[in-house]
Amino acid sequence: MQKVIKSVIAVATAALTLTACASGTTPGASSAPASSQAPAIKVGMAYDVGGRGDQSFNDSAAAGLDKAKTDFGVDAKESAATSGEAESAREERLNQLIDAGYTNIVAVGFAYASSVGKVAKENPDVKFAIVDDSSITADNVMNLTFAANEGSFLVGAAAALTTKTKHVGFIGGVETDLIKSFEAGYDAGVKAVDPSIKIESKYLTQPPDFSGFASVDKGKAAAEGMYQNGVDVVYHAAGGSGGGVFTAAKAAGKWAIGVDSDQAKTAAPDVQSVILTSMLKRVDTGVYYFIKSIHDGTFAGGTQVFDLKTDGVGYATTGDHLSADTIAKMEDFKKQIIDGTITVPNK
Amino acid sequence: MKLDVRRVGLGLAAPALAVVVALLLTSLILVAAGDPVVAVWQVLFKAPLPRQVVAIINEASVLYLSAVAVAIGFKMNLFNIGVDGQYRIASFMAAVFAGAHFLPGWLNIIVSLIVAMATGAIWAAIAGVLKVARGVSEVISTIMLNYIATYFVAYLLKGAAVKIEGSNATSTRILTEDSRVPGINLEGLLGTGREIYGLVFLSIAVGILFWFVLNKTRFGFDLRATGQSETAAVASGVNVKRMVVVSMVLSGAIAGLVGMPLLFGQDFAYGDTVQTGLGFAGISVALLGRNHPVGMAVSALVWGYLNQLSNGLQISAGVSDRLVLIIQGIIVLSVVIAYELVRRAGLRMEQRRVARELEARPAPVVEEVHP
Repeated sequence: MQKVIKSVIAVATAALTLTACASGTTPGASSAPASSQAPAIKVGMAYDVGGRGDQSFNDSAAAGLDKAKTDFGVDAKESAATSGEAESAREERLNQLIDAGYTNIVAVGFAYASSVGKVAKENPDVKFAIVDDSSITADNVMNLTFAANEGSFLVGAAAALTTKTKHVGFIGGVETDLIKSFEAGYDAGVKAVDPSIKIESKYLTQPPDFSGFASVDKGKAAAEGMYQNGVDVVYHAAGGSGGGVFTAAKAAGKWAIGVDSDQAKTAAPDVQSVILTSMLKRVDTGVYYFIKSIHDGTFAGGTQVFDLKTDGVGYATTGDHLSADTIAKMEDFKKQIIDGTITVPNK
Repeated sequence: MKLDVRRVGLGLAAPALAVVVALLLTSLILVAAGDPVVAVWQVLFKAPLPRQVVAIINEASVLYLSAVAVAIGFKMNLFNIGVDGQYRIASFMAAVFAGAHFLPGWLNIIVSLIVAMATGAIWAAIAGVLKVARGVSEVISTIMLNYIATYFVAYLLKGAAVKIEGSNATSTRILTEDSRVPGINLEGLLGTGREIYGLVFLSIAVGILFWFVLNKTRFGFDLRATGQSETAAVASGVNVKRMVVVSMVLSGAIAGLVGMPLLFGQDFAYGDTVQTGLGFAGISVALLGRNHPVGMAVSALVWGYLNQLSNGLQISAGVSDRLVLIIQGIIVLSVVIAYELVRRAGLRMEQRRVARELEARPAPVVEEVHP
């Protein structure tokens, strides 16, 4: 109860200061919130291809939103992109959110870079967060970037320490620079454990075809091929297509490694048991950080890096499939990456 | 030529009927899915905001080019399904060429447009030559060429990509200010800072050229003749094989222009977030517009309108914006059916009219025959 009262007071004061700031320019615009009810933070989510429910990248962002909802009282509106859509569609999505009053916007994915740049300039009062891009710089844009290569290094080490056939795989959703950094980190992690391990790599689609992030069938086919070739651990960085990778792993009785979210929790229940670990790209932490900064009134534009040091990336141990010995070695690598002994490549 | 009111009325009846049927069927789908019917139509039939008007015109100018490219093939009974691949590979080549800035300002833009047309033409010519020389159906070959184009461009893009600091997008070199086509600002008229692509005039010019070539030149006549009856065309001395290749090349050249308003008016580079599927949308627009230069302009605007207004569906009505693809799909299906129904209705009306006219004055004829 005390917590509720505290947050109500915090939000109310935040609202008061906001109305105080705004009163000069827009009279009556924020007269709605009555003192009895704390005005919720209006957050507009613009997801990448796949949207909420992809069990991976977008779901990680959604988890951050959900956490903020329980902590601060957030009124959110969500919408998702489609593969190969027009630039105008992205701009319009952001504009529609603003028109509907959702003036704190999270753009999930680098595809939004130019549209966020444009719309942010047109709407200086609206606050933006963009995931995976730091090319757009503006006072009202917070860039949330993640050292996914560092997290991938650790799960690469886990794969190398687990494989019996000395043969591991990587499946990327779409061959973009971003996903290649996952692969680069993974490869480095595998080689750090045992340079003799063979790594097979496959991308599901080539840009501008982004369906590789949302094609369960393609993920399944690619993983089946790898398992038949003797691969016994596959790491996927393929968003929603990962579901197919897990299905193939289950059928083959081999391991898969999840990505972005802790997929041993988010994947379909019947395949959770084949998920050795997941590379956590804490988009949820980033999104939460953004909403919290709005809530606390500490929002500032600029790049926020989420890496191993800040727990912005990491790995999951759900299911206890990693042995204590493996975890000890991963923790050792983690320490070396944080203190700079190991520099993880990103391409 | 006298304006035949009845003919025009029948011509408009089909697309209007198609749209009505599409709305009814979509409503049924919404009801079946338990989605809010009224809210959806409220979103889709809201008067577009100024920025949306600009976006609709921009989208229509791109779709129109695609539709003309498809229509050139349709007039010849050729199904160029490959506009999608042709415009993407052409956009890429033009973006690389323009990005290299060999030439200054406007000259760079004009030569890049030629590069795009040439690339599209060559890519389409492959299908044309295969059809003429080996009898390969252009439907199959152009679909395959679309896939090849995707992977070919992805491969080339890796070599041509320029790293932009802090960005995860892969794209060609961004055009400098002087190699961009300035937009048309209608701030005073519409009250928005958004600009209409300067290359909207390119679309208009292509439309006029399409009309002129098709209706006022020997080539256009041959093209239409071949499309309507190949044997008749052969009999009148048309080299059909040559016509197939030439019309594929022309179709591909126009397809090459599809991405140009985007390249020079919005993206200024070719990257992995480029818009796809414009070639397929062009097929629908050409079907709805009956391959007519004005009809396709109207249907391109309708398509642009639906696409733009659909962006609000997720946010304002809580329905996936994919719904608009269903609407568009039903429009295309019903338009094909509606044209057939209207054609038959027109035939019946014509028969009745002739019968009436014959009934009205049979006497003198009879008298003459039987004196």
